[in-house]
Amino acid sequence: MVTAMKILIIEDDADAAAYLVKAFREAGHVADHAADGLDGYAMADAGEYDVLIVDRMLPKLDGLSLIRGLREQGRDVPVLILSALGQVDDRVKGLRAGGDDYLTKPYAFSELLARVEVLARRRRNGPAEETVYRVGDLELDRLAHRVTREGRPVDLQPREFRLLEYLMRHAGQVVTRTMLLENVWDYHFDPQTNVIDVHVSRLRAKIDKGFDRPLIHTVRGAGYTVRDGVR
Amino acid sequence: MTAFAKLLRTTAFKLSLAYLLVFTLFAFFLLAYLAFNARRLIDDQARDAIRLELRQATDQFTAGGPRRLAGYVARRSRQPGGGLYLLIDPTGNAIAGNLTEVEIRRPLGPGEFRVTYHLADAGDEEHRLALINAVELPGGFRLIVGRDLGEEGGLRAVFLNAAGGSVVLVVVLGVLGGIFVTRRVLGRIDAMTDTTRSIMDGNLHGRLAVTGSNDEFDRLAVNLNAMLDRIEELMTGLREVSDNIAHDLKTPLTRLRNDAEQALRTAEGPEDFRRSLDDIIAEADDLIRVFNALLLIARAEAKGEMPAAEPFDLAAVAHDVTELYEPSAEEAGLTVETAIDGPLTVRGSRELIGQAVANLVDNAIKYGAKGHGDGNGDGGAPGPVTISARRLDGKVEVAVADRGPGVPEADRSRVLERFVRLETARTRPGFGLGLSLVAAVARMHGGEFRLEDNGPGLRAVLMLPAEDMSAS
Repeated sequence: MVTAMKILIIEDDADAAAYLVKAFREAGHVADHAADGLDGYAMADAGEYDVLIVDRMLPKLDGLSLIRGLREQGRDVPVLILSALGQVDDRVKGLRAGGDDYLTKPYAFSELLARVEVLARRRRNGPAEETVYRVGDLELDRLAHRVTREGRPVDLQPREFRLLEYLMRHAGQVVTRTMLLENVWDYHFDPQTNVIDVHVSRLRAKIDKGFDRPLIHTVRGAGYTVRDGVR
Repeated sequence: MTAFAKLLRTTAFKLSLAYLLVFTLFAFFLLAYLAFNARRLIDDQARDAIRLELRQATDQFTAGGPRRLAGYVARRSRQPGGGLYLLIDPTGNAIAGNLTEVEIRRPLGPGEFRVTYHLADAGDEEHRLALINAVELPGGFRLIVGRDLGEEGGLRAVFLNAAGGSVVLVVVLGVLGGIFVTRRVLGRIDAMTDTTRSIMDGNLHGRLAVTGSNDEFDRLAVNLNAMLDRIEELMTGLREVSDNIAHDLKTPLTRLRNDAEQALRTAEGPEDFRRSLDDIIAEADDLIRVFNALLLIARAEAKGEMPAAEPFDLAAVAHDVTELYEPSAEEAGLTVETAIDGPLTVRGSRELIGQAVANLVDNAIKYGAKGHGDGNGDGGAPGPVTISARRLDGKVEVAVADRGPGVPEADRSRVLERFVRLETARTRPGFGLGLSLVAAVARMHGGEFRLEDNGPGLRAVLMLPAEDMSAS
């Protein structure tokens, strides 16, 4: 369902890197590994990668400088920063340096995979955004703020609309709870309890209730995905 | 000797010496000024008297010629009172008076002079000071009238005595006072030094003595004691935190290990293993969450630079969090009410404050839902969770109130500490870090956080400094 991505992992911890390479390959992607900042920079500059995964603390050239260097070269490959530093300002610094996403160690691989797939797809689809999202018989018109299923209008609260919009923009991809909190609510904190699940189940009640084929699916241990159940 | 040397070295003694010098100089100048003015006063009086006499003598001369004047001068010369007279005829002989020209050691022309003299009839050779005035009279006569200035000499002696005496007195009193003050100061300082040394040696409970006189030493001692209180509090806190961390992290670690062991021992088939591994990952995630919260609290408590401080609308954050948690509250059977004024601009980290408000709402939902049948009588649906935000005296107040069992007054400050969970909360999920984090975020932003009685229930109030005082 998701086409294979070419991923470069720049990480000096050999065990962590080996684990990531193996996990991404199992998920059907192509993953290369660079063990220090300079190697990583050379490989990123030469190869056509869909996504870079960059550790912040790297020998020879630190992660943020590497990203800055690539951006100055006009390379717009999406970059996800991995860091043991998880404070608010660290995240801001990372994104300011040209990173597209930021994930704090330790992380769940499912979270990393979901984020990397979203980044890669954003690159492939380019900046042009459709105004109407369609998944099966569900239709979301972003300009008219209207949602219909089987042609019948579905009444959504503004936040529910944004939630569905985000899910449908990444239709077929796994979207994690933290991604939803970050992108739909614009907060990066840990909501502790299952607040996001409750929102999704309410949305699901409006979208899927009374229809044979559910479109919003729970992905165990990862998050949610919107897809037409037939495929 | 060493004690004396120590005394000499003290600031108090040096200050005393400096003051002593200043006062001595002051006394000296004061006396000199008085002496100068007194002398001028005496001179002026003598001058006036001489002028008066000269006028009278001239009148006599005009009325009756030299003979009459000579009689007048002779008469005046005999009267006591310090008057000095000499009338000289055109040939230069003294006609009348109690002075002879020889006695006056100055050549005499017309005008005013300050001279020394000795009286003609007094046998002694004592030179006395006088102020005289000589006038030329018609016909070549000359009249000299003077006043003895003996008083002036006496006055000078008095002033010199006074100056000497007062300097001696000032020096003696100053030295004594200096020694007394220095002794006193040294005593207090020595006491403080001893106390601080004992505190440095590890007696953290030691405090400086406060005499109650409210002098500068007392103020210093009070401040130092406050500092020591804070240090002791921090030390105690640190010890408690490490104890708590040891305990509260070991518990989930043990559980995690047990789960893994259990799975190895008893799991049958991949499904069982999978379930166990899921559990283990969930436990590991919990541990990570605890670590993150602890790091966040530690960073907030270290103050230092505020991360990503920017002005933002707290009312919007309150709305966001409300909206985020509303469905969860409804699931828990609670209604959510809001009373949010806006906009409420504060400066700080939107993320951290958002997290803090979320923690409060999360708590209110978790514990507010416990309202059923715990003494409320009616046993009906628990009261609403109320989220309010408003401007209050230049501050912004966010309050989250519930109708749950609340927190007994005695425990209210305790529950803000890390890992503290009340017995009644033990059955709920959580680590006892939520409120600690809110308190830390409040401190970090120069605000305050407190728990109040909501009668019944708990009202958690977060106060932050408002960014813009004018926009209200």
